[in-house]
Amino acid sequence: MELTGAEILVRCLKEEGVKHVFGYPGGAVLNIYDTLNAQEDVDHILVRHEQGATHAADGYARATGKPGVVLVTSGPGATNAVTGIATAFMDSIPMVIITGQVPTHAIGSDAFQEVDAIGITRPCVKHNFLVKDVSDLALTIKKAFHVATTGRPGPVVVDVPKDVTIARYPFEYPKKIEMRSYKPASKGHTGQIRKAMDMILEARKPMIYSGGGVVLDKSHEVFTEFCRLLGYPVTNTLMGLGAFPGSDPQFVGMLGMHGTYEANMGMHHCDVLIAIGARFDDRVTGNIEKFCPHARIVHIDIDPASIAKTVKVDVPIVGAVGPVLKQMNRMLRESERKPDEQALREWWKQMEEWRATDCLRYDRSSKRIKPQYVMEELYRITGGKAYVTSDVGQHQMWAAQFYKFDLPNRWINSGGLGTMGFGLPAALGVKLALPDEEVVCVTGEASIIMCIQELSTALQYGLPVKVINLNNGYMGMVRQWQEFFFQKRYSMSYMEALPDFVKLAESFGHVGMKIEKPGDVTGALEEAMAMKDRLVFMDFITDPEENVYPMIPAGAGQNEMILV
Amino acid sequence: MRHILSILLENESGALSRVAGLFSARGYNIESLTVAPTEDPSLSRMTLVTSGSDEVIEQIMKQVNKLIDVVKLVLLTESDHIERELMLVKTQARGEAREEVKRLADIFRARIIDVDEGTYTVEVTGTGQKLDAFLQAVGEVNVIEVVRTGLSGIGRGDNALRA
Ligand SMILES: Cc1cc2nc3c(=O)[nH]c(=O)nc-3n(C[C@H](O)[C@H](O)[C@H](O)COP(=O)(O)OP(=O)(O)OC[C@H]3O[C@@H](n4cnc5c(N)ncnc54)[C@H](O)[C@@H]3O)c2cc1C
Ligand SMILES: Cc1ncc(C[n+]2csc(CCOP(=O)(O)OP(=O)(O)O)c2C)c(N)n1
Ligand SMILES: [Mg+2]
Repeated sequence: MELTGAEILVRCLKEEGVKHVFGYPGGAVLNIYDTLNAQEDVDHILVRHEQGATHAADGYARATGKPGVVLVTSGPGATNAVTGIATAFMDSIPMVIITGQVPTHAIGSDAFQEVDAIGITRPCVKHNFLVKDVSDLALTIKKAFHVATTGRPGPVVVDVPKDVTIARYPFEYPKKIEMRSYKPASKGHTGQIRKAMDMILEARKPMIYSGGGVVLDKSHEVFTEFCRLLGYPVTNTLMGLGAFPGSDPQFVGMLGMHGTYEANMGMHHCDVLIAIGARFDDRVTGNIEKFCPHARIVHIDIDPASIAKTVKVDVPIVGAVGPVLKQMNRMLRESERKPDEQALREWWKQMEEWRATDCLRYDRSSKRIKPQYVMEELYRITGGKAYVTSDVGQHQMWAAQFYKFDLPNRWINSGGLGTMGFGLPAALGVKLALPDEEVVCVTGEASIIMCIQELSTALQYGLPVKVINLNNGYMGMVRQWQEFFFQKRYSMSYMEALPDFVKLAESFGHVGMKIEKPGDVTGALEEAMAMKDRLVFMDFITDPEENVYPMIPAGAGQNEMILV
Repeated sequence: MRHILSILLENESGALSRVAGLFSARGYNIESLTVAPTEDPSLSRMTLVTSGSDEVIEQIMKQVNKLIDVVKLVLLTESDHIERELMLVKTQARGEAREEVKRLADIFRARIIDVDEGTYTVEVTGTGQKLDAFLQAVGEVNVIEVVRTGLSGIGRGDNALRA
């Protein structure tokens, strides 16, 4: 039987097991919307801005590991989606974004709502496709999901001209797919793994540095076993939090620009660095010239291009975290050789000395609400089990430092692109995927405004997330840089004319709360969490000039932190 | 160091701009680039000349390989290979130049493929250096127009790049 392109598209989504599509209609996708309306397999979530659709799908993907799916119209629909596509790209998040396009015969004529979506998104997608003929549609969608979800994941755009959605063709969904030009690695090279094991067991001052790759690979259990077998100090990147239990003493905290003193000092002084699914980002390494001066480096990564991109490594292993660490764990269990206990004891003693500086301490007797305290209380009250999304700024760092993630996929934030506006729509995507879980969005008064319109989506679909606005009245992260490096010239970082967030939340049909005293923090959080079926917007008026510590200033080495 | 990349890629619209876009986005330089379909019409063969330190070349190889449309890739300059480039040059052909250019064409085993009273059009093939040398020999005053294809290359012996 012949189906229209629109019908084929929706059937493909069903075949892929897609339950939710986040989107916004328009002329070029009207036929697809008409088809969506006539079936019940795939639910469509209407957002209020295409950026919101991409972040919601992204949050959905980060929490579940399944690809997030987005549908937007041509022209402005596609351009509005670009920020969210780039956000997913930088953090390697699997997504499939379907953009409407003007009819094939009109492409290139500056037709109404035409943009070159393929050209615009090319640098920020894993791959993109223009479907020129309805006969290619099903295969292209199959390829899109395959590419998005395998290897190093990433967003894939499929640009579908309007006439392709109208044309008819027999529907057949390919079961398997072979692409001669795309064959991601999985198992690591055994010789390299042996070499790495030797180096790892020779270490006297080892560090395990893991990142988003462990989370993306769904390999936190194998990874945790690896860490336990060795007993080496573990640090995670911002993207890797939760891969190893954050409340475990073997975990020395996040590393990098706002990482802990012990994690960064450990990096600087280690003799063997075991990097797993992490990409040596500049927020992590600080000044490359001064990075890990004493270490030999093992690097496990599925993407060869991540290896030796910024830092030379001694033993590269191209492969997925799971299979490589499984093999290593087996070798560790069977091997006679064990880590040097004496050396390790001394290394841990040094670690504990660094840890004793208590680098995350803050003034607990302040009359103002300290943002760190709100995060600690949130952690305590949710039992560390919540899914926490965040926006970008100081609040993001405090959430990362003070919420001890014991499990992966719970910490959902834009690390690579640092996209303000991410937090709220991402939280909605998470809540939709996991309705029984507690979902909290930690945000700042500047960030939240960037996608505030999604409060309306939350009402329409009954998504009772909790918004924690750490309202310092500043673009705090910008202000902190201006305080430290521009002699307190606060150019444009003060947030004037803020709305009344309580009324704003109420006008969207939600509950608003304003909390101004430290003594009210706990009660308010408990009250909000108890309102299971309402979105509660909590406006915490926090100390306006609190800073995030420690901090590695630009150009400095990891051992050159500014401490509180 | 100068290097030649030979790339087999899907013969799809947009594949070329993925490679070109990658180079500009990551700040790698392209000295020349040629591309055309192969004996298998679903594949294009691209020859790209670039330069950079060993680390940069290694990153370029990895990044190009990562493009979904790229099927295979080799660094020609890593092993024995042959380089060729084609050049069309329009020269002055009046007075002394009429004889001189013809003589140079013979020496360089070039061919004069078009003639009128005032000009010659000469076809030269060879390595980039040979083409440079020909231009230098003809002299700036005599050169009117130059069209170069950019470098093509192939491995020596049974060293072949196939899908
Ligand atoms: C305001 C702000 C401050 C920041 N401060 C810090 C900071 O202090 N510390 C910090 O760490 N970050 C910080 N970041 C985040 C930083 O910018 C980077 O996003 C982050 O460090 C990258 O994390 P990652 O190395 O884990 O890489 P990711 O971006 O998570 O990349 C994952 C890596 O794993 C690989 N991979 C993917 N799948 C697999 C698999 N299956 N098997 C093996 N490998 C795989 C990928 O190829 C890639 O190399 C900050 C961001 C912002 C916005
Ligand atoms: C879309 C976007 N624009 C600009 C920036 C640069 N930026 C990073 S943090 C920040 C301030 C964030 O302020 P707020 O949301 O109030 O968070 P705070 O730092 O105060 O906790 C800005 C402007 C960004 N990351 N994203
Ligand atoms: Mg703020």
